[in-house]
Amino acid sequence: MDFITNFPLFTIVLSLFSGVLCYMLKGKAARNYTIVYESILIVLVSCVLWYTLHTGKAFTYVMGEFPAPWGNEIRAGVLEAVLALTFLVIMLCAVFAGYRFVDTDIDESKVNLYYSLLNLMTAALMALVWTNDLFTGYVFLEILTLTSCGVLIVRELGRTTLAAVRYMIMNLLGSGLFLLGVVMLYNMTGHLLMMPMQAAVAELAADPAVMPVLTMAVGILTIGLSIKSGLFPFHYWMPDTYGWATPTSAAVLSSLVSKAYIFLLFKTYYRAIGIEVFERMPIRNILLVLGICGMVVGSVQAINANNINRMVAFSSAAQIGYIYMGIGLGSVYGYTAALFHVLAHALTKSQLFLTTPRLAEVSGGNLRFRDLQGSGHRNRDAGVFFTLGALSMIGIPVFAGFSSKIQFGLAAVESSSIKMILVMLALAVSSMLNALYFIRTLIRMYTEDPDTNVRAHHRAGYNVPMLVLTAGNVFLGLFSWVVVNLIQTGLSMFG
Amino acid sequence: MKEWIRKWLNGDLDLLENVTDAAEVPDSTREELKEQKKEFRQRLYEKTNTDAAIQAERKSFYAIYRGIAVISCVVLIGVLLFTVANMPRYGVENPRTVEVVKRYVEKGLQETGAVNIVAGMILDYRAFDTLGESHVLFTALVCVMILLRLDKKTIRGGHLDDYYLVKQDTYFDVSKDSIIRLVGTVLVPCIILFGFYVLLNGQNGPGGGFSGGAIMGAALIMFSTAFGFDTVDRVFTRKMLMITSFVSLAFYSFAKGYVFFTGANGLENHIPKGTPGAILSGGLILPLDIAVGLVVACTMFGFYSLFKRGSIGGD
Repeated sequence: MDFITNFPLFTIVLSLFSGVLCYMLKGKAARNYTIVYESILIVLVSCVLWYTLHTGKAFTYVMGEFPAPWGNEIRAGVLEAVLALTFLVIMLCAVFAGYRFVDTDIDESKVNLYYSLLNLMTAALMALVWTNDLFTGYVFLEILTLTSCGVLIVRELGRTTLAAVRYMIMNLLGSGLFLLGVVMLYNMTGHLLMMPMQAAVAELAADPAVMPVLTMAVGILTIGLSIKSGLFPFHYWMPDTYGWATPTSAAVLSSLVSKAYIFLLFKTYYRAIGIEVFERMPIRNILLVLGICGMVVGSVQAINANNINRMVAFSSAAQIGYIYMGIGLGSVYGYTAALFHVLAHALTKSQLFLTTPRLAEVSGGNLRFRDLQGSGHRNRDAGVFFTLGALSMIGIPVFAGFSSKIQFGLAAVESSSIKMILVMLALAVSSMLNALYFIRTLIRMYTEDPDTNVRAHHRAGYNVPMLVLTAGNVFLGLFSWVVVNLIQTGLSMFG
Repeated sequence: MKEWIRKWLNGDLDLLENVTDAAEVPDSTREELKEQKKEFRQRLYEKTNTDAAIQAERKSFYAIYRGIAVISCVVLIGVLLFTVANMPRYGVENPRTVEVVKRYVEKGLQETGAVNIVAGMILDYRAFDTLGESHVLFTALVCVMILLRLDKKTIRGGHLDDYYLVKQDTYFDVSKDSIIRLVGTVLVPCIILFGFYVLLNGQNGPGGGFSGGAIMGAALIMFSTAFGFDTVDRVFTRKMLMITSFVSLAFYSFAKGYVFFTGANGLENHIPKGTPGAILSGGLILPLDIAVGLVVACTMFGFYSLFKRGSIGGD
């Protein structure tokens, strides 16, 4: 057994320990420590990725002395490693790009608590990515819920408190339904670990009398996780949550937390239920329809928004719709497209949420479009990075958004003709709507405003995380086949 | 149409038009702002109460809201009842469902060294879940601290009056009450002793870290009610709470990390299992129970203190 197989365990334990340690440190020390340890985690996860590619197979890691059906287990394959690596890079970029705002938004006696929460959140993200056990998933889902409410209220504005209460209620509803689903599955199969559960489910699914009950259990679990990740009709908590949080929190919540829930759902389908059994259930079609509705409704609401952060948040709702549409399409192509979009959206959305506060900063601290006039001239760097992110979201070639739309198109061609027409139409309409509201923002940003001539003092250091995110974005756009191959290798290890 | 598009481009198209723009007047003093806010609220209140269109909209909203709420509840209840009614009976139709439980019951004592199988299960077989669970408590403590601890920002934000009210809150202070003092003097040592008993016997009988810690936290709360926060602050400062939870959780992470590491790599771990039934038995279960218990007690008392006066240890 190679030493590298221990690294997933190290990432989780180290993150948990760092969460507790930052609670003891002073604000600035906590920040520096967080940056250092996140970098160490990135190295560890890169090793895991290299190892899984090198050996060509995934490995499970027994947590303790007791193997599979008795004790806990975690598992690492190519797919998990790619996701974990992307999550960590984005987390580090968000911390780096947002600490200046953290220092002004948050009372200095609570800055260390903020970093403590971020580290616990990293632990939960890592555990959700690596887990091979549904109940472990639930426990770390709870940590993720609490920390995401915590990083929201830390700004101590009336609006963030209100948003956090709403977010908390929706999230707890989601957790409750997820737990209910897990309990039902446990009752039927007697297992919580994913592989034994899959074997038991395959036996149960052969009996046509049990199939409806199984579908209900999986359906309840799906509703729970889709509430938490913000699928249409449940996306109304998004604009307030993302719109008022401190930039680091907004970036992390929109691009990492909701994606971790989606990945857990995906893992449940693929590994705990078994993809053949899942494809026999009607849940897939419902997800497809809801995803398409979300794409259109989210975009229309983004057009109506008059605050840039709310607009970006509604656009998130639309992008979550894309991902669910991919899951709904089924087949390897659909899942590949969905996972590719998870990566593309995570990279792009964090970039947008980290640049909007800089544009607002030179516009008197206001996020309304009226005040943002000419902000692209006042802060050139932020303007450029926002434009790059917006182009990717619209789906211009060279950027990640374009490649993921191609993947969705390919997946649509592979499925039945009704679905193909639906998905193609939805893609066309949604891309047009995306273009509409982003181009409007760009016009506003680059129209000179004669009244204000404030120019931001440029800080080169701030642009480094933005450059990393853009590089990732362009890599996904230009070399999409590399990532698609990685995802497909990961999926073949998944079953 | 052209006008409408221009308005949209300018970001002036606002559903709450004529209502929200009124509040944006810069360069006014605090009192003026307060005055304006009050006036604005009054206007909004009047508008919503007199405008027939708003009234009708509100009425129809509540009608639809109630209707949907009732329908979704009934549907959910129906679905859940249907599911439960049709579920295969546990362990009867499919005997393989109980294989994991059977192993826990039959071999639990031998494999974990704990007479209490539940303790063996949560702290040995599925210790990773419990590791997460104890950090859930810690996360909750951090969130409550962020929300309720008084800091410069909240005091500056207009809660200053409340702060002094809390400090001078003698009306509800019962610590001078002789009955409560006497009862506290008698009960607190007993409760703490009982808490220790439950905590230390987690591996041999019902109890363990979570329940023992909760009992000890309750004793601390009772102590501070009977003798006032000043007495507790002499022993139980914020620093002590921080160090206690840090040491407990760090110990938990690293002890369990060691077990996971040795278990997965097939190394021998040097933790003796002890004789089942004795206090020092069950391998790591006892120290882990103590760690969890300390975290739970600290968290409970921390919650109480934060809710009551917005700080831990009075700083």
